[in-house]
Amino acid sequence: MSVIWISLIILAGVGLVTSVVLFVVSKFFVVEQDPRIGQIEKLLPGANCGGCGFPGCSAFAAAAVEKGSLQGMACNACSSEKLSAIAAVLGKEAVPVEPKVAVLRCNGTCSNRPAVAVYQGVRRCSVANIAGAGESMCSYGCFGFGDCAAACKFGAVTICPETGIATIDPCKCTGCGACATACPRGIISLMPKTKPDKRYWVACSNKEKGAIAKRSCAVACIGCGKCEKVCSFGAISVTDNLALIDPAKCFQCGKCLDECPTKAIQRYDIQNV
Amino acid sequence: MIFKTFRKGGIEVPDNKMTKDRQIEPVQIPDIAVFPLSQHIGAPAVPCVQPGDKVLVGTLIAKGESFMSANIHSSICGTVKKIDKAPCLNGAYAPAIYIERDKEREEEWEPAIDRSETLADECSLSPQEIIGKIKDAGIVGLGGACFPTHVKMMPPKGAELDSLIVNGVECEPYLTADHSLMLAHSAEIIAGIRIMMKALGVSKSYIGIEANKPDAIALFRKELKSCKNIKVVPLKKKYPQGGEKQLIDAVLHRRVPNPPAIPANVGVVVENVATVYAIYQAVQKNRPLIDRVVTVTGNSVARPSNFISRLGISVNLLIENAGGIPEDTGKILHGGPMMGKPMRNLEIPMTKGTSGIVLLPETVSTRQPEQNCIRCAMCVEACPMGLEPYLLAQAAADSDWETAEKEGIMTCIECGCCQSTCPSFRPLLDWVRYSKNKVGGIIRQRNIKK
Repeated sequence: MSVIWISLIILAGVGLVTSVVLFVVSKFFVVEQDPRIGQIEKLLPGANCGGCGFPGCSAFAAAAVEKGSLQGMACNACSSEKLSAIAAVLGKEAVPVEPKVAVLRCNGTCSNRPAVAVYQGVRRCSVANIAGAGESMCSYGCFGFGDCAAACKFGAVTICPETGIATIDPCKCTGCGACATACPRGIISLMPKTKPDKRYWVACSNKEKGAIAKRSCAVACIGCGKCEKVCSFGAISVTDNLALIDPAKCFQCGKCLDECPTKAIQRYDIQNV
Repeated sequence: MIFKTFRKGGIEVPDNKMTKDRQIEPVQIPDIAVFPLSQHIGAPAVPCVQPGDKVLVGTLIAKGESFMSANIHSSICGTVKKIDKAPCLNGAYAPAIYIERDKEREEEWEPAIDRSETLADECSLSPQEIIGKIKDAGIVGLGGACFPTHVKMMPPKGAELDSLIVNGVECEPYLTADHSLMLAHSAEIIAGIRIMMKALGVSKSYIGIEANKPDAIALFRKELKSCKNIKVVPLKKKYPQGGEKQLIDAVLHRRVPNPPAIPANVGVVVENVATVYAIYQAVQKNRPLIDRVVTVTGNSVARPSNFISRLGISVNLLIENAGGIPEDTGKILHGGPMMGKPMRNLEIPMTKGTSGIVLLPETVSTRQPEQNCIRCAMCVEACPMGLEPYLLAQAAADSDWETAEKEGIMTCIECGCCQSTCPSFRPLLDWVRYSKNKVGGIIRQRNIKK
C-alpha cells in the first residue's frame, strides 16, 4: 500500500474516533442555557455600560430570564420598542420606562469661571478632587478632565476645548448614567426626556452663599430664590443656596429662565434633538 | 558625634533654611480673627458663643465635645461677629467663628492665665489633672497633623509605655519654626518634657534633633548635663525623619507595626517640641493654645522670618509682614515644600497646624512633564515605609484597588520621597493619595458590613 493510503486511513480513523467522542460529550455534558438569554442579549445595546447595575449586557439578560420579567430592572440605554421586544421574549408586556438624558449641572466655562490657580497633577477629575483643587475658586464645578467622557460608551460626552467643561450631546445620550457615576463631584444628573419639547435645569452646583458663589463664577446660582417665587407650579426649591428644578412638576413655561439674574438656568429643546 | 537615623528609605533634600538665624518676632494682633471649627483631626468643635458675645484673650469659644476633638479659644479680645463659613485649605468653605478686635479697649486676658515669663518647673498635679488641663487648653499636635494631644496621652489598654520622644527634627526644608522655638525656650521645653513624663508615667525621654541644628543640640546638651533621664539624640539629616515611625526607628530602633497599630503599641509616645512648649504653657501658666511660631519664607521673600502669631490671623497678613508676595512666586504652600498644601486663597486663617508659609518661585514649583517609568526603582529605594510606589501608582491608574490594598497602600505616610526622586517626574504621590482615599473608603464599607 502506498503511503498516501495509509495516511488517509489513519486520518479517517482519527476523525471517526474524535467525532464519536465529541458526540458523546455533547450529549452527556451539555449545559442547558435558556435560548432566551441569547435573544435578549441581541436586543440589548451591547455597550456593557453598567447603567443597569449588572456587569454587562449578558449578565442583565441572564438576570432578566432568571427573574422571568423586567420588574425592577431597566436598561436606560434601550428605546421603549426594544424594551417591549425584550418583554415579549419573556412573554410579558413592557411597562414603558421614561427615557432619560444626562445634564451637567455646571456652566463654569473658561470665560464664566476665571482660573485662579494652575493644576499640574494627574489630569483626571477623580485625582484632582482628592487634591481639593480645580483651577477656579469654585469647589463644586466641573474640572474638565473628562472622567465622564471616558466613561461614556456612546460618545455622547466630550470635553469641549473652548469651554473647558463637559458637553453632553442629548441626541447620543442614552441616559445610562455611567457619566453620573464617574463624576467625582456628582454634578451630572439624569432627567426625563419624554415630556414635550423643552427641558429646564439649573446649570450650577455651588452651595456657597451668593456672594462667594458669584465671586467664583459669573453664572453661578446665588440662591436668590427669584425662580422659586416666579414658578407657578412649585417645581423649584432652593436649599443650601442652590435652586433645584423638579422635572416631574415642571411644565416648561420658561418663566424661571427669564427671571434668573445670573443666567444659571439652562434649557434645551427636544424638538431640535 | 555619632548621628543615628532610620533604617529604611529616605532622601537627602536641600536645606534652604533661610530663617535659621532669625529670632522669633511677634506680629501685630489681627483686627479680625477667624477660627475654623475643624482645625484638628476628629469631629469639629461645637461653638459655645453667640454673635455679639464679648470675649477675652483665652476665652473658650468652641468645645471639643466628642472624644476625638479639641477646644478652641479666642486669641484676641473683642466681640464675636458671626459664625459663618470661611475658606479652608482644600478650597472648600467650612464653618468658623469670626471675632472682631476691640480696638478702643486695652487688651484683656482671661484672669486665670499667668502671663509672667518666670519659669515654673515644679508641677504637683496628678497625671489625670495634667491631661485634663491639656484637653481644656485645646492642644493638638503642632507638627502639622493636629492630632488631639489628650487623646494621644491616653494610650489604649494593654499598651505599656516606657519612653517619650520629643520631635525636634524639623526635616522639612525651609521651615525653622521648631528650631527657633528650641533656641528661645529650651528651659520651658525641658519643663514641659518633665510634665509629660509625669503624665505618661514614663522614666525615659529623648529629644531627637537633626544634625543641621548644631546650636540646638549644643544648647540642650548643656541644659541637660546633670539630667540622666532626658537624652539628646543627634540625628543624621535625612527626610522624613520627623515622621513618627521614622523617628521611633531612628532613636530606639523599634518598628511600629502596620495600622491599626500606633506608637503606643511599642511603648512610645512622640510629641513635637512646639506641642511640648504648649503643654508647659497650658499646665503651668493656664494658657490655652492661642498662638504659635510660624515660619514665613521663600527663595525671594524680602524678609523671611519666624513669627509668633495669634491664631486666626489671615495668611495674607503674615506674608505682608515678611515683605509681601515676590514677583516670581509660583506657589504658596501651607506647610513645608515636601508635605505642605498649596493655597489658592490667601484669606485662609492661620490655624493650629500652620507651621510655615513657603512662597516658592515659579522655577522651583513648576512640574516637569511626566515621562514613562524606566523601572529604575529609585522610588522603591526612597520609600521609608518599604512600599513600591511605582506599582501603587499603576494600580491606582488602573483602578485596581485589590492590588493597591495588598501592596500596603494604607501604610503610606504621604511623605513624597517617591515623587521627588523620580527621574521621570511621574506624579506618584497624586496617584497614591487618590488610591488611599478609595481603598480607605472600601475598607470602611467592609467594616460597616461586618
